[in-house]
Amino acid sequence: MNKITSPEPMSETPLLEMRGISKSFPGVKALNDVNISLFPGKVTALIGENGAGKSTLVKILTGIYASEEGEIQVDGKPVAFANAQDAMDFGVTAIHQETVLFDELSVAENIFLGHAPKTRLGLVNWKAVNARALALLHSLESNIDPRVRLKDLSIAQRHLVAIARALSVDARIVIMDEPTAALSRKEVDDLFQIVKRLKAQGKAILFISHKFDEVYEIADHYAVFRDGKAVGSGALAGVGQDEIVKLMVGRSIEHAFPKVDIPLGETVLSVENYTHPTEFRDINFALRKGEIFGIYGLVGAGRSEICQSLFGVTRPSGGSLKLDGREIAIHSPSDAIKAGIVYVPEERGRHGAVLQLPIYQNISLPSLTRTSRLGLLRAAEEFALARKYAERFDLRAAALSVPVGTLSGGNQQKVVIGKWLATQPKILILDEPTKGIDIGSKAAVHAFISELASEGLSIIMVSSELPEILGMSDRVLVMREGLSAGIFERSHLNAETLVRAATGNA
Amino acid sequence: MIRQLFKFREMLLVIIIAILLAVFSTRSQGFATPGNLANIFNDTSILIILALGQMTVILTKSIDLSVAANVAFTGMAVGMLNAAQPELPLMLILVVALGIGGVLGAINGMFVWKLNIPSIVVTLGTLTIYRGMAFVLSGGAWVNAHQMTAPFLQTPRQLFLGLPILGWTAIVIVAVMYLVMSRTFLGRAIYASGGNPTAAVYAGIDVGRTRFFAFVISGTLAGLCGYLWVSRYAVGYVDIAAGFELDTVAACVIGGISTLGGIGSVAGAVLGALFLGVIKNALPVINISPFAQMAISGSVIITAVIFNARQERRRGRIILRDRGASEQIEVAA
Repeated sequence: MNKITSPEPMSETPLLEMRGISKSFPGVKALNDVNISLFPGKVTALIGENGAGKSTLVKILTGIYASEEGEIQVDGKPVAFANAQDAMDFGVTAIHQETVLFDELSVAENIFLGHAPKTRLGLVNWKAVNARALALLHSLESNIDPRVRLKDLSIAQRHLVAIARALSVDARIVIMDEPTAALSRKEVDDLFQIVKRLKAQGKAILFISHKFDEVYEIADHYAVFRDGKAVGSGALAGVGQDEIVKLMVGRSIEHAFPKVDIPLGETVLSVENYTHPTEFRDINFALRKGEIFGIYGLVGAGRSEICQSLFGVTRPSGGSLKLDGREIAIHSPSDAIKAGIVYVPEERGRHGAVLQLPIYQNISLPSLTRTSRLGLLRAAEEFALARKYAERFDLRAAALSVPVGTLSGGNQQKVVIGKWLATQPKILILDEPTKGIDIGSKAAVHAFISELASEGLSIIMVSSELPEILGMSDRVLVMREGLSAGIFERSHLNAETLVRAATGNA
Repeated sequence: MIRQLFKFREMLLVIIIAILLAVFSTRSQGFATPGNLANIFNDTSILIILALGQMTVILTKSIDLSVAANVAFTGMAVGMLNAAQPELPLMLILVVALGIGGVLGAINGMFVWKLNIPSIVVTLGTLTIYRGMAFVLSGGAWVNAHQMTAPFLQTPRQLFLGLPILGWTAIVIVAVMYLVMSRTFLGRAIYASGGNPTAAVYAGIDVGRTRFFAFVISGTLAGLCGYLWVSRYAVGYVDIAAGFELDTVAACVIGGISTLGGIGSVAGAVLGALFLGVIKNALPVINISPFAQMAISGSVIITAVIFNARQERRRGRIILRDRGASEQIEVAA
C-alpha cells in the first residue's frame, strides 16, 4: 500500500514542505498524514483520481482550509497559514482551473486588483499600474495591452492574465490547478513556455493535471495521491506511466458492489452518430433493457453533456435517437419525461430540487399531469405518490410537508431520485449518483440501482469514480475530449484500461 | 421550518393589524366599528388585487413596474368607451378592461420570455409607454363623472351584505388567486420557476412561458383595476394611480414575498396590502400629518425588508449545509 518509490534525492532543500497533514470533513477523511515537498526551480506534478484529496491540499496550501494535523515549513521554518492573505505573504499563489477574474475591468486592473500601487495621496497610481502590468506581461513574453478589457481576450490570454496576477504578488510557490483543462494544444505549449521561465526564475511549482503526456513533458518530480493518502513520490525520470497508473488506481475496493447479473433484454435506446456543435461528436451506443451502462471520462470530457442532450436540456446538431425502434426527437425535458427518459443531475442543489417547496411537491413536480384532474392539482394524490417513494427510500424527514432545503444532503438526493422514479421512466440517467455522500449511503444507492435494473429499467450512469464504474456497469463508454474512446464489455473491464482510454495513453 | 416561519409571519401580520386597529379605536371613537372596517377594506380592495398580480410576477423572480400605468391606460380607455358608447353593457366594458390589461401584460411577458430581457428593464420602459399611450388616447383630456353612465359608476358601490361590490370583487379575486396558486399546474410552476429555475427546467417546466403567464395575470388584474379605479373616483385622467406600482411592491414585501422569487403566499400579499390600507386610513383619523404618514409607511417597508433578509439568511444556512456537502465533493475534485 504505502509504496514510497525512491526517497527524494536530497540534493536541495525544499522551498516548501508539508508534513503529516490531515484534514477531515464530516464522513470523509480528505487527507490522511500526507507529506509533500516542493523544490525551487522544479515542477512537482500532483497526480490522483477525483477524490484523492488534491484540491483539499491546494486549499490548505493557500490558507483557505486549516489542516487538523501536521505542519507546513517554508525555507525550513514552520509557518501557519491562518487565511489566504497569510499564504500570499509567504509567496504562495494559485492559478485555478477556472480563473477568477473580472470581465469588465482592464487587464491591468485585474492583475493589481486589491494591491494596486498608490500615489502619495493614497489614490491608485494608474501610470504605475499600467507600467507594471506591461512589464509583467512582457516578462511572460506576451504583448497583451494592459488597458484592454478582459472580456475582449481569448481564454488562453485570460489565463496569462491570471498567471500575471499570481506573479504580481512576488510569488515563490506557484500552484497550477489543472491549468490546461480549457486550453488547446497550442495554448498548452505557450503555457509550458511560461512554466519553464518560472522554473528558471527559481520558483517552486505544483502542477496538478490528469494528463500524463503533459506531466511527463513538464514535471521533474511527482506525487501520487489516492484516497487522501500520498502513495508515492519521487523524481519522475525513469518512472514509467504504468507504475503511476498503478499507484493511482491500485486501491482496495471499499465495499462490495451489489451488481446483480441479469440477462439483458432487447435494445431500448439506440444513439447513432449523436453530435453536439461544441461538446461531443459521433457518439454511438445502444442501451438494452435492464442494462447499467456506465459512462466514464475525465471531468469535461463531455459525459454530462451527452446526458443533458438526451434529456432535451440542450439540442444536438446531428445524429438520431431510436426509442424501442422508433425514431424520436426530444426538444425539451418535458418531451423526454413523456418519452420515459429522466435525468438525475449531478448537482442536486442547483439542478435537482426546489429547496423552498415541500418534499411532496418536489416529488410530484414532474408527475403533475398524473396527479391532477380537470386541471386541478390534488394534494392527496401528491402526498400518496410522495409517501410511496419516501418509504421506498427510507427518507428521513419530520413530515412530507417540510421544505426540501431543511433536509440533509443524502435525504435531498433521495427526494430527487424519488421525484424521477415517480414519473415511471423506462430509462434513468444518473449523473454521479453517489457524489458527496458517505460510504454507507453509497452502498445503499448502489443496491438500489441494481434493484431498478433488475426490474427492467435501463440505466445510464455517469461517474468519475472508478470503483463505482467497474463495480456497477454492464458496459462502459469511455469519453475523451468529446469523442468516444471505446466501449468496454464487463468482462474486459479493468481500472488501468479505462484510465488509459480516458487520458489518451495508448 | 421555513414554511412554518411564514405561517408565523402571516400570524404576526394579523396580530399587528389587530393591535393597530385596537390602538386607533382608543384614539378615535367609531374607528373599529364594522362599518368603518368594511370601509377600510373597500378602500384597500384595488391595492389587494394589484398586489396579488405583483405577487405572481415576483414569485417567478421578476417584477412588474408597469401595473399602475396599465391601470391608467385601461381606465382611460374604458372611461372613454363608456362616455362615447353609453349603451354598451357594463359586462362588455369589463371584458374590454380585462382584455386590454391582459394584452399589456402579455407585451411585458413576451419581452421577458422571448427576448430574455430583465423584467425590471422591460416594465420600466412599458411604464412610460403605457402612460404615454393614455395621454395620446385622451389627448390629455379628462373623462368626468357626468360623461360616464350610472351603471358604470354605481355598480361597484352597490352594497351587498354591508360591503360594496368593489370589496366583494377583491374577495372573489383573492379566492380565485388562492385556487390558481395552490391548486393549478400554473401556480406550482410559478413557485418552482422562481424557487429554482434550473430545477424547474429539469422537471419539464417551461420557465419562460411560466413568467409570461405571470405577467398576463398581473396585466389582467391591472386592467380590472383600471375600471375599478375610474369608477371609484368617478374621473379618468392620465396621471391616475401614479406611483401606485410601488405600493403594490411594498405590499408584497411587507407580506413576506421574497424578492428573490419562490417564496410567498396569497395570504401574505393580502395582509401586506391590508396593513398599508389600515395605516393610510388610520393615521389621518388620529391627526398624524401626511408627511409623518409617508415616513411611517417607509419605515414599515424597511422593517419588513430587514425581516425578509433575516429569513434569507436562514435559507443561507441551509445553502451552507449544502455547500458543506459540495465541499466533500470537492475533496473529490
